[in-house]
Amino acid sequence: MPVPLALNKKPSAAADHTARTGTGKPDHSGAPVNSALSPAQKVELYRRMVRIRRFEERSLRAYQAKKIGGFLHLYIGQEAVAVGCCSLMGKDDHVITAYRDHGHAIAVGMELNPLMAELYGKATGCSKGKGGSMHFFDPTRNYWGGHGIVGGQVPLGVGLAYALKYKGLKGACMTFMGDGAVNQGVVHESYNLAALWELPVVFVIENNGYSMGTSQARSTAGELGKRAEAYDMAWGVCEGHDLYEVRASMAGFLELARAKSKPSIVEIRTYRYRGHSVADPDNTYRAKQEVEEYRRTKDPIQVFQNGLVAEKALDAALAERIDAEARAEADLAAEFAEASPFPDASDIQKDVYWEADNPSQRKSGGRLFFD
Amino acid sequence: MPSIQYREAIRQALAEELTNDPNVVVMGEEVAQFDGAYKVTEGLLEKFGPKRIVDTPISEAGFIGMGVGASMLGIRPVIELMFWSFYSVAFDQILNNAANIRYMSGGQIQCPIVIRGPANGGTNVGATHSHTPENVLASHPGVKVVVPATPYDAKGLLKSAIRDNDPVMFLENTLLYGDRGEVPAEEYLVPLGTADIKREGSDLTIVSYGRPVLQSLTAANLLQKEHNISAEIVDLRSIRPLDMDSVLASVRKTHRVLIVEEQKPFCGVGAQLAFMIQGEAFDELDAPVARLTNIDAPSIYSPPVEAEQLPNPQRILRAALGLLR
Repeated sequence: MPVPLALNKKPSAAADHTARTGTGKPDHSGAPVNSALSPAQKVELYRRMVRIRRFEERSLRAYQAKKIGGFLHLYIGQEAVAVGCCSLMGKDDHVITAYRDHGHAIAVGMELNPLMAELYGKATGCSKGKGGSMHFFDPTRNYWGGHGIVGGQVPLGVGLAYALKYKGLKGACMTFMGDGAVNQGVVHESYNLAALWELPVVFVIENNGYSMGTSQARSTAGELGKRAEAYDMAWGVCEGHDLYEVRASMAGFLELARAKSKPSIVEIRTYRYRGHSVADPDNTYRAKQEVEEYRRTKDPIQVFQNGLVAEKALDAALAERIDAEARAEADLAAEFAEASPFPDASDIQKDVYWEADNPSQRKSGGRLFFD
Repeated sequence: MPSIQYREAIRQALAEELTNDPNVVVMGEEVAQFDGAYKVTEGLLEKFGPKRIVDTPISEAGFIGMGVGASMLGIRPVIELMFWSFYSVAFDQILNNAANIRYMSGGQIQCPIVIRGPANGGTNVGATHSHTPENVLASHPGVKVVVPATPYDAKGLLKSAIRDNDPVMFLENTLLYGDRGEVPAEEYLVPLGTADIKREGSDLTIVSYGRPVLQSLTAANLLQKEHNISAEIVDLRSIRPLDMDSVLASVRKTHRVLIVEEQKPFCGVGAQLAFMIQGEAFDELDAPVARLTNIDAPSIYSPPVEAEQLPNPQRILRAALGLLR
């Protein structure tokens, strides 16, 4: 697999794999990482995107019915990014992201029931109802959250990569952030540490165009990924509505991390259809037509469906069945969440200290809690 | 028993745990080639090599966050802050990530990290470098906070902290690094959350931690010699977990309590202690709980005046006499 080099003047995106089709659009289906997929595997990637979307739509209805509290940052429109990236994971690859984290959770293989239950604040949730929408975790699937503070997870991703290198494992940590995070100081500290110590991390900037309600043009000087050049890192840009392009681009950067322990920054251009969170009425900073235009021309699920239909990997009947199954699965997840118990008040002080939860192995004395 | 410096005691703890556990890594600013800004880590690079002893750039948020992330995958980072005063630039990493990650993940993720370094005033470095954040740190469930006063305690507590599966904040003191004390040659641990009676007495209890414990010992000797007053000194050693039983046992013995802390008075550890003592030993008290803290202002530079702003033996003596009046 070709490995992108640290380029100094232009992004090292998946140009190697880009062919032009008769329509003038780049076609990444022939990239080795994509042509290696069986039709069934492709359909599975499609299914995963559909499941994310139906889960999110169902969770929005639950929120509107006041079943879910707090924030709900929906990923709708960005599905090809998480699914494309996470589909490339090997057993020693890891993922960490920010608070728009439902898509990544499903993309790494988490079941919908514990995710929906977490949104409902139930004891059966993936974090036992203690984390909520922004704090999904599943270390058994190398998924490290789900983090609420913009940019705060980025050094943690560097730390995961540090641990991989320390242990001599040939894995990479995909450290996701939004376009708003690139202006946080700790992100730059993380870039420097990763480059200085040659850590196997791929910083993935999911650029949906808006840091909350502030457009990229109003928040950020220069190109997002180009900041890599200041740290002598490879970088790239790719279009996030095309799952094949995401995979073709990310495969090289992941391999750079795994094989050479070199970090990189990849800006993936994407778009969210919903507001920053459900609390965002989404009527002040962008035009409705802008959303509609993207949905009409670049919807990642539709684009991939069209591609699979053209490849004859998918037909309308199967697409319809996948959609119906995803809706049913999301509904069942909501029923599961609804039927699940809330945590007990006696659970509030569990999971705070390892020692408190493992009293037979406790070494310290004294009080840990101060009620 | 060998007599060694406080800094050597910490170094021994680091060296022993580096030897015991291949996942222990020491990192921080100037810890390796420079041998430590306060020479605590002197010689460790030579002994353990650059994989285990790591110089970091000046990026506290970055390398503490990195340590938290590495700890999630089983590394046990022991991170030096050149001054604990710099915690403020890494606050998000310590309090949102280290303190909360176990909770927010429903217990799935462990964070066995130690952050250590000096936290003290009295060195005429002004307000930015004289913070003592044990109260701020200890107010966050999820972290443990340790403040050793002697070489023996520093070594035993640090070894326990490194083996602990929860994040431990370890607050040392630049003015103690050169202090000597007896430390056994054989291996030992001091468990977190165990106070130590540094002096037995009968007329009042002084509860303290860190360097003010030593100042309280000086004051207690003066009280004995000049006023025939017998002070018992309870060294907390650990703020969270907190050995409240030892505090209460001493209160039941002396019935008068003076809390001494190098801290601003508002929302200090002493405020929490006083609240608990009145709540749990009200009938044992012959006087209101007294407290001696810093004079409530940012740390002043002026050397002779700073000594007066902080607890010192004369101020402790006056506070004790006031309590017994």
